[in-house]
Amino acid sequence: MHNPQLNRNGELQHLLTIEGLPRDIITAILDTAVPFTEVAEREVKKLPLLRGKSVFNLFFESSTRTRTTFEIAAKRLSADVINLNITTSSTTKGETLLDTIDNLCAMQADMFVVRHASSGAPYLIAQHLSAIGRDDIHVINAGDGRHAHPTQGLLDMYTIRHYKKDFTGLTVAVVGDILHSRVARSQIHALTTLGVPEVRVIGPKTLLPAEVEKLGVHVFHDMRAGLKDVDVVMMLRLQNERMQGALLPSPQEFFKYYGLTLDKLELAKPDAIVMHPGPMNRGVEIDSAVADGPHAVILPQVTFGIAVRMAVMSILAAH
Amino acid sequence: MNIHIKNGRLIDPANHIDGQQDVFIVEGRIAALGRAPAGFTAERTLDAAGLVVCPGLIDLSARLREPGFEYRATLESELAAAAAGGVTSLSCPPDTDPPLDEPGLVEMLKHRARSLSRSHVHPIGALTVRLAGEQLTEMAELREAGCVAFSQANTPIANTEVLLRALQYAATFGFTVWLHSRDPFLGRNGVAHDGEVATRLGLPGIPYSAETVALATTLRLARDTGVRLHVARISCADAVDMIEAARRDGLAVSCDVSINHLHLSERDIGYFSTHANLIPPLRSLRDRDVLRQALADGRIDALCSDHTPVDDDAKQLPFDEAEPGATGLELLLPLTLKWAQEMRLPLERALARVTCDAARILGLDAGTLAPGAPADICIFDPQAALRVTRDSLKSQGKNTPFLGHELPGKVVYTLVDGRVVFEAR
Repeated sequence: MHNPQLNRNGELQHLLTIEGLPRDIITAILDTAVPFTEVAEREVKKLPLLRGKSVFNLFFESSTRTRTTFEIAAKRLSADVINLNITTSSTTKGETLLDTIDNLCAMQADMFVVRHASSGAPYLIAQHLSAIGRDDIHVINAGDGRHAHPTQGLLDMYTIRHYKKDFTGLTVAVVGDILHSRVARSQIHALTTLGVPEVRVIGPKTLLPAEVEKLGVHVFHDMRAGLKDVDVVMMLRLQNERMQGALLPSPQEFFKYYGLTLDKLELAKPDAIVMHPGPMNRGVEIDSAVADGPHAVILPQVTFGIAVRMAVMSILAAH
Repeated sequence: MNIHIKNGRLIDPANHIDGQQDVFIVEGRIAALGRAPAGFTAERTLDAAGLVVCPGLIDLSARLREPGFEYRATLESELAAAAAGGVTSLSCPPDTDPPLDEPGLVEMLKHRARSLSRSHVHPIGALTVRLAGEQLTEMAELREAGCVAFSQANTPIANTEVLLRALQYAATFGFTVWLHSRDPFLGRNGVAHDGEVATRLGLPGIPYSAETVALATTLRLARDTGVRLHVARISCADAVDMIEAARRDGLAVSCDVSINHLHLSERDIGYFSTHANLIPPLRSLRDRDVLRQALADGRIDALCSDHTPVDDDAKQLPFDEAEPGATGLELLLPLTLKWAQEMRLPLERALARVTCDAARILGLDAGTLAPGAPADICIFDPQAALRVTRDSLKSQGKNTPFLGHELPGKVVYTLVDGRVVFEAR
């Protein structure tokens, strides 16, 4: 089956998921991002790489942080940025997704940054663009349902590489609500593709997806066992709505058994780093003492995120 | 009209016939096989040299979308598809809008179908009013209006007390109840098999237990009530085992599988292909392989198309928002043949699953070419290949995971009650 995010020459046409992305493409994105981190230090934080291009932020699901970082990234590359917040649900049917896309194509878009509550929505858009002969428009998945959040996965890899230099000797734990997390899926695919020998997932059985071990991870239900000697702890956000229904009894019990506290962190390697995609629920999945402590690299993640998104946009625009 | 079908290879699984024999039709019925009856003069002769002549196919599940969903399909379009697919009898589930829960609706549907003079249409009546799982329908009245069985289509009955009463009431009159096993809560928001593919794609999953828990309940209640049960469209290996065990215990239960589940698995979702969004979900490759074997050895009684025409707008959506279902009337024969080829089954055995075995479940005098039977006949070229394209499908629904596939078998003539209702050009 043709991987829709690569063009005929095997180059990146869209960024839809990390799964199946060749290692050299991931590495090239991380390498491209390095000089972009310096742009932020300059007085004039602009590069002309996307001058004259129109980037449409299409957010069918609300998000402030991701949208803002994409907007900053695009503007630093001198693109024109148009933000569209189209919060619709499947129950309130207005214009269909593809009708929206057709209209925006007619407005001479060059790039779509898409956030959608349904897994696979960016694929539908990419396939549609191909069907209508608009392969010149690139799609970046900014988070689709539970499926993927590839730029988050990439910025996480950038952060790990920044602090740990090499992936091939690391033990990494991803902790919390794996079931509903597009971030976790993108992290797992990125880590395994980059050669991390041991990727662990830690969580209660209600928050782990079926057959998750087939993604190449080791499953732990006991957080203390799972954190033993890890180099990197990647915490996930626990959505408040997971407390309704039958997934978890209470935030307190979740925090006690799966929240990252200083004493649990002591089981990890002394130089372990702690990551979180944000926004954090302090006292639910992470203790403030950890979030604000010396192991946390949560704010550098945000800074690197802009550089990585600039890298993705500039690579796509070159193809 | 007197019709002589000559030089064909006659395959009639009901009577274990597979050989070169001519067929003679008089007044809509099979008059004789082999030699012409006394005084027979053909008004039309169909040359079936190189072709297979078999009973017309009987499809246990074909949605015609009337009433209520005429923008998706009509009786005209779907009965044309049936004829083109060699399907001469079909039963349609009650999930129309409104559902088939009133005798008047059933009579209207039957009348509309008869006026088109194509394949025989056998409605399945709703087991509960509006399929809501609360109040029983007037089953006896519905039976008189022409319903051959009762079902809930894809909607489970959440209240097991109502389910018990529905089965008891149906058993009172000896009616058959068809149930698709689906727990009302497990996997309720799911859209794909809760396995590796759903995990990778981040699609909400439907676990095996959504099927097996409901099936266990149904089998138990069927035993307690003595109702004749047909389990519609099973999807997993465990269901095959559970039904086999129930039969060993003496329960009269039959079951079917759809063409999609016989050939495809969760992997066919690929990159979120909404054509593979189906009810029940496509399961693992192992499940598919067990279903294929079970249909071959008779643990599964029949194969159906589960024909569900869906308009493009309802499919060109993100996977979890797309309408489930696939068109299938025209693929029933080719996918039966493909399964037979791949399993190295004799044609006679394979065709039984879509002719006499299906007729037995419906309680129909059909699916046989014995003299005296209605002349419902499918004549096909087993050597020819069908390329499935949007244009090749007569159904208004162009939604099938098999688009672009090349499949064996091409229908050349379809006869219903001795009338040629389809003729390939």
